[in-house]
Amino acid sequence: MTAFFTLVRRELGGAFKSLTGYVVVSAAMLLTGLSVMDLIVWLNHRPMDAPLSELFYASTYFWVILLVISPIITMRSFAAERASGTYESLMTAPVGDWEVVLAKFAGAFAFYLITWLPLLGVMAVLRRVTGEALLLDPRVTAVAFLGVALIGAVYMALGLFASALTRSQIIAAMLAFLMGIALWMLSIRPPAADGLQGPVGRALDHVSLVRQMEDFARGVIDSRHVVFCLSMTVLFLFLTQRVVEGRRWK
Amino acid sequence: MDSTPMIEVSGLTKRYPGRTAVNGISFTVARGEVVGFLGPNGAGKTTTMRMLASFLPGTSGTARVAGFDVFHQPDEVRRRIGYMPENNPLHLEMRVREYLKFRARLKGLGWRRSRVRVDVVLRQCGLTEVQHRIIGQLSKGFRQRVGLADALVHEPDLIILDEPTIGLDPHQIRAVRALIKDLARKHTVLLSTHILSEVEVTCSRVLILNRGEIIAADTTANLGKRLSLDAGVVAEIAAPLAALREAVRDLPEVVSAEFESLDGDFQRLVLTPRAGADLRPAVYELARTHGWNLRELTRRHHSLEEIFVHLTRTRKEAE
Repeated sequence: MTAFFTLVRRELGGAFKSLTGYVVVSAAMLLTGLSVMDLIVWLNHRPMDAPLSELFYASTYFWVILLVISPIITMRSFAAERASGTYESLMTAPVGDWEVVLAKFAGAFAFYLITWLPLLGVMAVLRRVTGEALLLDPRVTAVAFLGVALIGAVYMALGLFASALTRSQIIAAMLAFLMGIALWMLSIRPPAADGLQGPVGRALDHVSLVRQMEDFARGVIDSRHVVFCLSMTVLFLFLTQRVVEGRRWK
Repeated sequence: MDSTPMIEVSGLTKRYPGRTAVNGISFTVARGEVVGFLGPNGAGKTTTMRMLASFLPGTSGTARVAGFDVFHQPDEVRRRIGYMPENNPLHLEMRVREYLKFRARLKGLGWRRSRVRVDVVLRQCGLTEVQHRIIGQLSKGFRQRVGLADALVHEPDLIILDEPTIGLDPHQIRAVRALIKDLARKHTVLLSTHILSEVEVTCSRVLILNRGEIIAADTTANLGKRLSLDAGVVAEIAAPLAALREAVRDLPEVVSAEFESLDGDFQRLVLTPRAGADLRPAVYELARTHGWNLRELTRRHHSLEEIFVHLTRTRKEAE
């Protein structure tokens, strides 16, 4: 366990020791800030009685930020160590493959959550300024944040997998971005396919991350969504472990 | 003290598609020995070391470190070795002390113990003054010492160093060698190099690798002796060429001789003796009796290249 926490600390520490960490957090802050401003301007024209958190997390703003930020968070994890050679000293220390994979995941996931924290602050400030209690319902926001965490876990595991496949950070980021977009696009159906019914349509509904996030943003915890996200995360972590193990056989 | 050998390798092979990197090598290293892996680039030194550190699995054969199988008990093995990979990869953005503390914790040392051990290795490797500096800003010599300190921090039984002095300036090489010699008192050390003199200075025994095979394994002293048996003799003598040729032809043990005219009357001659013979007294005698001026008389040392040529040739002849 000591080794696990040591690795997690180093993952997080590494992110903030290089410029990358600050750049990613600032970029996320800038993007969330712009999105929230956009939303408010829009609300001024068309008042709605949904909480701001729901409007934001169910919007495309959220997805764009998620899709852009996640590959950048995860690209370093394995690729950078492999490129610099520190992978060899890491893998000859008495730590198991799973310990390394889980520690890298935990580090990336924690960093991901940190990038979303400023937004909560922004909403809290708005609520104070406007005195509008509806703006930020604690329960709904908590569930929305759970959704952010669950979907983020999927994207972190996916990014880790991409990073384990290559020694180039750029390729890792591109791969993660491609896979991430593909996964997201499963939930976008062209208007012509609206009539898509039957097993295919229903299957697509189940894997629609956008729909899942809409539910979370409304404050609804659907156990199917939770199970889906968790199993996707486990799947990608499993694949990552296989790659880490398989790499040795070359 | 435990009597199981520190390293026991038998029939270890590593094949890559279309290429055999290590071909069925076997050797043992006893506790307390300092053994050098000598060989040109691509001889299989790094591959063998990686397998011993259970970073790479072998294709066939077995390897044991302190009695533990490197493929089936990697954790036990890794706990017992301090491994410094080739090119000494480090987290350059970390500070020296912070890095060593991280490595110590990663290797399972407790909080207090890691603190004590980091202090010890900092002192041992002469890093105390730079402990708060960022590794990326240190000179290569210091970085190498950080790598060594990392290999030592968990008090391993066996230390494996892959090319510990590569890329250092002569001054730094001396410092690192001194450090390794110091380690040899308490640990078993396996190091690789392609510099012959390095092995002579630091190791008690040498394994020479070429194309994935061990072509010689002996103590440093024996190997040196064996290799100097037919080492040529170089002499510079001031004499007329024809007279010199004739005089040399009469020497009993000479197999072949080369001549080269130098400045003034001086001739440079390179003599290859019959195996085992030392020609130096005979050459001196020759110069003295003819009253010729002798300004150089040395026995040639084999360079690594010649050793390989020699060893591979003798192997071919044996086959």
